[in-house]
Amino acid sequence: MSEYLQVQNLKKYFQTPKGLLHAVDDVSFQVEQGRTLGVVGESGCGKSTLGRVILHLLDSTGGRIVLNGEDITHANRRRLHTLREEMQMIFQDPFSSLNPRMSVFQLISEPLVIKGGLSKEEIRQRTNEIMATVGIPERMAASYPHELDGGRRQRVGIARALILNPHFIVCDEPVSALDVSIQAQIINLMLDLQEKRGLTYLFITHDLSVVRYLAHDIIVMYLGQIVEQGPAEEIFRAPQHPYTKALLSAIPIPDVHTQQNKILMTGEPSSPVNPKPGCRFCSRCPYAEEKCRQKQTAAEVSAGHSVLCWKAKDL
Amino acid sequence: MKTTKKRNSRFYDIMRRLARNKLAMVGLFIIVALVLIAIFADFIAPYGYAEQNWSDAFQAPNADHWFGTDHLGRDLFSRVVYGTRYSLRMGVVTVAIAASLGTIVGAFAGFYGGSFDNIVMRVLDIFQSIPILVFAIILAAALEPGLNNAIVAMGVSTMPIYARLIRASIMQERGSEYVEAATAINAGDMRILFRHILPNAISPMIVHVTMNIGSAILIASTLSFLGLGAQEPTPEWGAILSGARSYMRDYGYMLIFPGIMIMLSVLSFNLLGDGLRDALDPRLKGN
Amino acid sequence: MEDNILLRVEDLAVDFRGDDEVAHAVNHVSFELRAGSTLGLVGETGAGKTTIAKSILRILPEVSARICSGKIYFNGEELLSLSEKQMQKVRGNEIAMIFQDPMTALNPTMTIGDQVAEAILLHEKLSQAEGQTRALDMLRMVGIDGGRYEDYPHQFSGGMKQRVVIAMALACKPQLLIADEPTTALDVTIQAQVLDMMISLKKQLGTSVIMITHDLGVIAETCDYVAVVYAGEIVEYGTAEDIFDRTAHPYTEGLFNSLPSKAGSQRRLRPISGMMPDPAYLPAGCKFADRCPYADDRCRREAPATRPVGNGHFVKCWQRGTEE
Repeated sequence: MSEYLQVQNLKKYFQTPKGLLHAVDDVSFQVEQGRTLGVVGESGCGKSTLGRVILHLLDSTGGRIVLNGEDITHANRRRLHTLREEMQMIFQDPFSSLNPRMSVFQLISEPLVIKGGLSKEEIRQRTNEIMATVGIPERMAASYPHELDGGRRQRVGIARALILNPHFIVCDEPVSALDVSIQAQIINLMLDLQEKRGLTYLFITHDLSVVRYLAHDIIVMYLGQIVEQGPAEEIFRAPQHPYTKALLSAIPIPDVHTQQNKILMTGEPSSPVNPKPGCRFCSRCPYAEEKCRQKQTAAEVSAGHSVLCWKAKDL
Repeated sequence: MKTTKKRNSRFYDIMRRLARNKLAMVGLFIIVALVLIAIFADFIAPYGYAEQNWSDAFQAPNADHWFGTDHLGRDLFSRVVYGTRYSLRMGVVTVAIAASLGTIVGAFAGFYGGSFDNIVMRVLDIFQSIPILVFAIILAAALEPGLNNAIVAMGVSTMPIYARLIRASIMQERGSEYVEAATAINAGDMRILFRHILPNAISPMIVHVTMNIGSAILIASTLSFLGLGAQEPTPEWGAILSGARSYMRDYGYMLIFPGIMIMLSVLSFNLLGDGLRDALDPRLKGN
Repeated sequence: MEDNILLRVEDLAVDFRGDDEVAHAVNHVSFELRAGSTLGLVGETGAGKTTIAKSILRILPEVSARICSGKIYFNGEELLSLSEKQMQKVRGNEIAMIFQDPMTALNPTMTIGDQVAEAILLHEKLSQAEGQTRALDMLRMVGIDGGRYEDYPHQFSGGMKQRVVIAMALACKPQLLIADEPTTALDVTIQAQVLDMMISLKKQLGTSVIMITHDLGVIAETCDYVAVVYAGEIVEYGTAEDIFDRTAHPYTEGLFNSLPSKAGSQRRLRPISGMMPDPAYLPAGCKFADRCPYADDRCRREAPATRPVGNGHFVKCWQRGTEE
């Protein structure tokens, strides 16, 4: 097996005035090198927290993170520094994730400046190289983020993440804030980069059509838990979990003839604060019954495809 | 692809908005004039500020002595001109001390938060609870009354205002995504605080600093007037007023000119500060 | 046919004056809306969709925006010539608008029931009690339990807040509802619920709708007619079938090609290259020419006229459509 990243029983709880918020609850998965794992879910499902815990931007509450066979869950400060050259992040909002007071050149070269050990000339050269790679014209080096459009800003974010030559990138909704035509440009860029550099992506998004297009495998999250995981193609073709089914049917299809029968869920997600032991989706699930209120265990439906629902095979 | 037009820098934008505000420009004009007067006082003032001429005492404003003379026969115009130096210096130095101390204290408190923040803020509470006057009196009694001690008293007691201000905006910026992004590329605490957060948190300070120079001049004059600040023969405006106090009834002109100068300087800093606030954040300016 | 037209916008142009430049946000737009139908305005950020909508309600920022030309007929009445006082009667009563962020429309210090009741009482002479009963009905209609009448906005999720806003907008049974990206801030499953509710309410009340969105999927689900907006112009107009099945304008085509869900098994998406022109520096010819794979010299030189490509299907393009 060539698992590049392994996450085992990862937990992240937040203390809130109302109780313990289970943002990420007992999540396990693995990603192979050079592949894209899509993390799909709606707001508040813990997908962004998951990415941040893996990158150690947040501390984990429990579980293990293994990178290339090395347990990095409790990496010390020094190891963390070298780890961050290996793992990087592309943020959702290219408007707020770039310091408005820094120029494009300063922003992109900053990781190198922090790393140190390079001459001014070397920094300039590598920054120009990476700008060319992501498609930012050199004349924009002195511009400030507010002078750029959304697509260019996101390119700056990508350049900044790439300049240390990482192998693993957590992409947190990198195209959600962009218009479709610009979104397509960025998606193509990310695919090119993956091909050329053998990058491994953890692609966090709520947009199922994007994830369908570029993910090899998918995990579907609901209120902190993975409710379904497996190969992307299989999940889109034959979703098993009632939530995945509802989610897929809810995507508006840009076609006037094939309107799908939507599974309209009633109600709203329950709170991730002090969740009850049973299935977290059962308050909205059309098939819920008494047994759903007991603790659920994930069951494999086919090779590499598992579901957190005891009823799934009967539906 | 010439779709993005050349936009001017942020700084230029702010300056342009400021330039369009007439009142702010009036304020700026007066301030520049005051600074020039302070710098070239030696050339402007016809007499020395301590030059006594007993035979000319108590002269009302006339061609020789534009602002008249005081009880020692000193030329009031010259004293007011030289006074610009002292008053402006007191205002600027006080605010510079208070703002830089306050920024450092507030920045660390806001950035690290928690119990460190708690302790710092309680200490600042204590500082702030001592009235400036009381503090100035204590310092004057313990050391000696004078310009520098008055500056220290004012600086220390106004410092918490800046600390609070910067702390609040640091706390607001601390949760921004660009700060998280900086952490992700290994930026250390100091780099995050001083390179990333502070430049974005500083703009409310600029307005405050400008306006407070005005009030610092006013407080400085008050302290001098009460004998806690500049001492004779230093021609600080408040000190001139203080000296003229006894002759107020018969020779009112002695108070009018230093008074007008104090008013003008406070007003001009306030006008500029107001203008800066609008220029820095045009959204605040209503419709 | 003529009396079926609820809203007719003719040659509408709106400028925004900045510090030292003028942005041409809407450039001579004309369209019609049939009573009881839904028109989708689709386009990218900054295309001018919202400005068109705000012009109809006359709620553009007075300081910077100027309607330079155009007429807006609503039920035969020209809205741009009405006094502010007459316009106030139209807003809310006959035309209502909902925005992307429901929070901006809700007062955080009032219970949601009272806010809906207030919206009703503002436009209709009813007693307090009658207003409350009506508000309760409206809340039920948008799928909110009557027991939540006394709740405050912060106790509601985003989807529920948008329902409240829709209830307020529909409280006075307006003839026209303008919905500006009403579901963009919502999760897909919640979006599906809200859209479903809007569609059934529309049928129930016979309200005409202008749906502003960037999401072609939402357009396909909700709209009868579609206007594709680019750089302040309507570049293509037709029925939903025209737009989706007989796509004519190269920009519309580019939009579809950019969609990941339309890509099928291709390895790469086919995005539109470049960006929308700055509204302060619009090119002389076709505004899409710089990005258009079919553009020729004429396109760059001369702004295209609106030309028919089919019955009721128009396109602003020299390469498509025929001379009239």
